[in-house]
Amino acid sequence: MTLTEILGLYNYWIVIFLMMTGFYIVISSTNLMKTVIGLNIFQTSVFLLYITMGKVTDGKGAPILKEGEGHDGHGHEADAGGEHLDHANETATSVGDQVAENAGELGDAAGHAAEQLYTNPLPSVLMLTAIVVGIATTALALALIVRIREDYGSIEEDEILELDRDAS
Amino acid sequence: METHLPILLIAVPLVAAPLMVLIGNRTLVMILSIAVAWSVFAIAVGLMGQVLEPGNGVIEYALGDWPSPYGIVYRIDSFNAFVMLFVSALGAIVLTYAPVSIDQQIPRSKHYLFYTSYLLCLTGLLGMCVTGDLFNVFVFLEISSLSSYALISLGKNRRAPLAAFQYLILGTIGATFFLLGIGLLYQITGTLNMADIADRLAIANTPRAQLVAFAFMTVGLCIKMAVFPLHTWLPNAYTYAPSVVTSFIAATATKVSVYAFARLVFTIYTPKFAFETLPLGEVLTVFALVGIFVASGAAIYQYNVKRLLAYSSVAQIGYMLLGISLATELGLSAGIVHMFNHALIKGGLFMVVGCFALRIGSVRIGDLCGAAKTMPWTSFAWVVGGLGLIGVPLTAGFVSKWMLLKATMEQGRWPVAVLMLISSLLAVVYVWKVVEALYFSEPSEKAKHAKEAPALMLVPTYLVIGLTILFGCWSVFSAGLANEAAKALLMTSMGGAP
Repeated sequence: MTLTEILGLYNYWIVIFLMMTGFYIVISSTNLMKTVIGLNIFQTSVFLLYITMGKVTDGKGAPILKEGEGHDGHGHEADAGGEHLDHANETATSVGDQVAENAGELGDAAGHAAEQLYTNPLPSVLMLTAIVVGIATTALALALIVRIREDYGSIEEDEILELDRDAS
Repeated sequence: METHLPILLIAVPLVAAPLMVLIGNRTLVMILSIAVAWSVFAIAVGLMGQVLEPGNGVIEYALGDWPSPYGIVYRIDSFNAFVMLFVSALGAIVLTYAPVSIDQQIPRSKHYLFYTSYLLCLTGLLGMCVTGDLFNVFVFLEISSLSSYALISLGKNRRAPLAAFQYLILGTIGATFFLLGIGLLYQITGTLNMADIADRLAIANTPRAQLVAFAFMTVGLCIKMAVFPLHTWLPNAYTYAPSVVTSFIAATATKVSVYAFARLVFTIYTPKFAFETLPLGEVLTVFALVGIFVASGAAIYQYNVKRLLAYSSVAQIGYMLLGISLATELGLSAGIVHMFNHALIKGGLFMVVGCFALRIGSVRIGDLCGAAKTMPWTSFAWVVGGLGLIGVPLTAGFVSKWMLLKATMEQGRWPVAVLMLISSLLAVVYVWKVVEALYFSEPSEKAKHAKEAPALMLVPTYLVIGLTILFGCWSVFSAGLANEAAKALLMTSMGGAP
């Protein structure tokens, strides 16, 4: 690996750096709040990994309808629909297949357009879900910390364990 | 209607859960939740029936009618149908047992939240089984995990929130590792559909990325399974959670993670990759055996019965992994049937402990002394369940241990077989420790004034304990289904659907 190659992967280095930072904070800190913060950094690094992989530099364009082709596609779809009406025994699944086929054709049509840089939307969408999960986790963790502090009067893990040892 | 069973299995409890918050009335919520849990079980039975119909084999359900690799599919074969069957069965039985127990252990104003979290947890566990989409597994994993953290923190003891917090930290690290692995697999293959990933991995020439993805996902799931060195969250979480929650989570959550792990090894990756390119078989065998001995040893020294059973759970996971690590049809069947049997046995035993907790108000062995005189039925249930845990003939535990023994012998792994038998003796010690306290000790103050547990709790407990005897004698049913499941799993690893 040459230096340029290593530097060229800078986005992955950032991901790994953040991940290890977060992981270290989770492992090393005894303060419950800091643990949660570490956990957040750890999760964020994975979000970044997904988002960075979504970038496609030699892509052939997103499968989005252009004006001229769009009309074409619609006509085709309408025809397909008409055909289905004629065949009364066509099932719903085959309609699904037909639509998928059309979508494929449109994608190909768009692919003929000039190469361009585009972002794969799927990883970003996945990360929306993961971010929601992350928020739920953080909220639950904070709620638990509130309860722990009410019961023990401390959010330092070693102090809490000490209190428990005294009690038992 | 029948074709929509796969989605109903998830949709019914998922929609019911927030409804419970809106309703808020304690009695109404209780009745509705129990009804929902049993209807989910009925759906799971229906699905099992559909899968077993000759010539059927695999049910594919495309969500929103988007065809397979583009949309999310739910894919059910005899393996996940079997797991869903016992998860939903335990979910329904434990919830029927719940009302009396939580009346004492959870403040009344929070009951509806308990039922909500419980249904969400059930949804998550079933969702992990039913889906054929890898990212969906992560989402359902988090649904079940988040709700189980909340359920554990409902415990009365002030240590419950801390136990839930520690589980949350470790569980989230595990889930994030899993997510990272999914990301890498997506980067290699460009798809999230499990079958599609498997097809494309077979021709992908990216050994290092595949290896890293596999490692992350394995470690993530191992945390969730509580495999020996990663089990530290489990004893505290099981000990301080309310009895009902412990019964449910101990019976189902770790098994579903074992299921996800088996899917990862056999369906997404191939046994060849895992067991020949990587030394997964040897590694799993070592961790499983060390886990069995260390955790059983730790169980012997516990004074709290719940903690004792928690350590025993860590040990029992070892037996399931042993079965998987053999990677043969017999070994897999043994591992899968042990998932089923252990779910019944451990669920039943924790329900027994719940009865003691209700009437005696403590689960320390010292307080249980002599309880057999005042609570004969509950104590007898412990004896029967304990025999199952040890693996005495005519109990379910024997069936799985016998199959596991046969599978290890078939491979000529004598040392493993011998070690397994010795480890069963450790189970005798910790089960006997409690039996001795119950039957042959001077009654403690608390046990003297205890009453027999109410029928509402005893009947579900005996239902589960009775099932362990039933499936011990009538092993054709459970072992037959497990064998079908193992075949289905190995079939997916041979490439593509049958």
